[in-house]
Amino acid sequence: MATAVGALAHTEEHSGLWSWLTTVDHKKIGALYGITGFLFFLLGGAEAVAIRTQLAVPNGTVVDAARFNELFTMHALTMIFLAIMPMGAAFFNYFIPLQIGARDVAFPRLNALSYWVFLSGAVILTSSFFLGGAPDGGWFAYVPLTGKQYSPGTGLDFYVVGLMVLGLSSLLASLNFAVTIINMRAPGMTLMRMPVYMWIALVVAFLLILSLPVLTVGLIQLLFDRKFGTNFFTPGSGGDPILWQHIFWIFGHPEVYVLILPAMGIVSEVLPVMSRKPLFGYSAIVFASASIGVLGFGVWAHHMFTTGLGTVPQVVFSASTMAIGVPTGIKIFNWLGTMYGGNIRFVTATYFAVAFIATFTIGGISGVMHASPSVDAQHQDSYFVVAHLHYVLFGGAIMGIFSGIFYWFPKMTGRLLDEATGKLTFWLMFVGLNLTFFPMHFLGLAGMPRRIYTYDAGLGWETWNFVATIGAYTIAASVLVFVVNFLMTMRKPRTAPDNPWDGATLEWATSSPPPEHDFDVIPPVHDRDPLWYMRDHNIAMPAPPEHQHIHMPPPSYFPLIMGLGVAMMAIGVLSTFAITALGIVVVIYSTWGWVLEPTD
Amino acid sequence: MAAATHHTAPAEHATTMGIDHRKLLMWIFLASECLFFGSLISTYMVFRGDSIVGPYPAEILDIPLTSTSTFVLLMSSLTMVLAVYGAQHGRPTMMRVMLLGTIILGLGFLGFQTYEFRTFGAEGLVPSTNQFGATFFVLTGLHGTHVGVGVLYLASLLLASFRRTGLGRDQVLHIDIAGLYWHFVDIVWIVIFTIIYLIPQ
Repeated sequence: MATAVGALAHTEEHSGLWSWLTTVDHKKIGALYGITGFLFFLLGGAEAVAIRTQLAVPNGTVVDAARFNELFTMHALTMIFLAIMPMGAAFFNYFIPLQIGARDVAFPRLNALSYWVFLSGAVILTSSFFLGGAPDGGWFAYVPLTGKQYSPGTGLDFYVVGLMVLGLSSLLASLNFAVTIINMRAPGMTLMRMPVYMWIALVVAFLLILSLPVLTVGLIQLLFDRKFGTNFFTPGSGGDPILWQHIFWIFGHPEVYVLILPAMGIVSEVLPVMSRKPLFGYSAIVFASASIGVLGFGVWAHHMFTTGLGTVPQVVFSASTMAIGVPTGIKIFNWLGTMYGGNIRFVTATYFAVAFIATFTIGGISGVMHASPSVDAQHQDSYFVVAHLHYVLFGGAIMGIFSGIFYWFPKMTGRLLDEATGKLTFWLMFVGLNLTFFPMHFLGLAGMPRRIYTYDAGLGWETWNFVATIGAYTIAASVLVFVVNFLMTMRKPRTAPDNPWDGATLEWATSSPPPEHDFDVIPPVHDRDPLWYMRDHNIAMPAPPEHQHIHMPPPSYFPLIMGLGVAMMAIGVLSTFAITALGIVVVIYSTWGWVLEPTD
Repeated sequence: MAAATHHTAPAEHATTMGIDHRKLLMWIFLASECLFFGSLISTYMVFRGDSIVGPYPAEILDIPLTSTSTFVLLMSSLTMVLAVYGAQHGRPTMMRVMLLGTIILGLGFLGFQTYEFRTFGAEGLVPSTNQFGATFFVLTGLHGTHVGVGVLYLASLLLASFRRTGLGRDQVLHIDIAGLYWHFVDIVWIVIFTIIYLIPQ
């Protein structure tokens, strides 16, 4: 993988391992996020394949029950926190400055720190497999199952600490993105001229900024329950396990929108460009995204309809859950309206974007079904829920991310991914995902509970389980084809034009891949689709001044050191607090080094 | 305050909204902190009166003592304001003295808190004792951690102000941003003090 990382470098004089460890360039950090996220996507996929292999036939013996619990828990944690979020962050890192016409994010070193803290958290969480067992209480870790009494091992401690570290990383990155988008837009780029992707990045940043602290508090309380004998969530001593569910889902439901909104943003970029039409109903999409951001904080208890909330909360959360379907539905029609009457260019990115609309809508509709508490009570903890969430997260988020990879690959690497292989990837993935997840609707309605490690023959579940497993292998094949495509493409010369799709947003105004300073001259913004406006009004890009020196922030190793300090603080909680104390010293030392380091 | 920010932002780093990046970062971070303390305070409220063994809050809280420590912390906000004033009006000695005063008052508050925690421990209240212990220690402990981080933050600024270059051309901004953090931590304490100590259970 080292060659692949090295090949993504855009400036030869800044290559080599040290340059990657000390980089503060948003494009290199984006590449680091992307590569790391994709490797964890492969790991999470391997976990999924193991799960499906175990469930292919009744009474499977591939893994035992304990290992199965670890696999489904780590599959979820890996895909959510280590694959989809960092791949989303990769695009945000790379394209926020490019789309708003800036030369970097507002805090380049903070950006590097976010990555190193993310990597620390990812390694800590994954290392649990080799250090006494992975977390096995499901990704939402319901107490009392995850309390000390029923989970005496260290797996849940890795969960608590790993998620705290990953949360810190996401918080730092989101603060950085929010400030960048609010404060670093090119002249003329008013809020309502920003690309929709930037609006969505802003909404996602605020969702994380406002929801992560709630999770952190829950994790601190769970840690105290496990380590120091408090009873926040222990019934019988005055504690309340339902409180954990409230706290977790006040974070967890906005988190769902953190996962899906970036994919919606990518599709909102790809479809207008490929349809050669401006986005249909720009302001409707902007307001829909913002209202999803607000309503996303008011629907959490629909995850808890079967806990005995009482009638009034059930009605309120049922209504708010139905309400949040409205802005989502608006977007579906916006995308359809964008394509309607367009001269559509059917490339791989378009395939993924169009399929996203269909598969995400299936997941969205089964989601609205769960807004009804009585229906939800039937589906609770069944494979129907598994089908729903995978249509949203695979049919939605992953399809959107792949659309983005094919769309932006020429900008990031100077190379176009192979189209024939890309379409093979698409068809394998599209068929595979429907083959895997659609039968899970039937399994759920036939009564198959989620998270069981095996089942007996004769319950009517054999056929669809076997079909789902074939689907999982089909998805694995599609990912393999993509990896081959990626590796083959990276060996080709950089021949991609600066604007291969006739894109409208500012990232297509600079070279492919962009220079370290992004733009020789910051392009003027007259319109929502600045490059189309300039094309249609015969406005040339302003020429850069002859002898300009563009000052870029120098590389720094303090983010890496501080990231290591944060990792030590976390590892100390899992082993001995002396390491935490040492980590605090490292963090304070690197903060001073950071602040006193000259950046001019 | 806006004028000060405008004054300190060099022309080549002009921002879209006219506010410095670092100040905007602190404001948004404080929004995040609101949810952090909001969750902790909510947990305290949820478990109010749910302790099934003593010591109960009414038996153990020393309101005169904590009122004194609250007064100390509130006075630190006054000295912080005066430190910002000193920085803005080119009076470095005033700025340094007031920063030092803020640090001392912050340390005084932490001293009171340490004394209170130790006393509670001696009287048999630790986090694992009951719901009051768990929610009280986690909430006030994390608030105290924030005060401690603030003391380190202000002490770093005070030390750096004695360098040859002082705090650089953005001195006013640095003090201003630290002030935002400090006042926030104070305001949160007013809420915590009211809810834990003043409202009878």
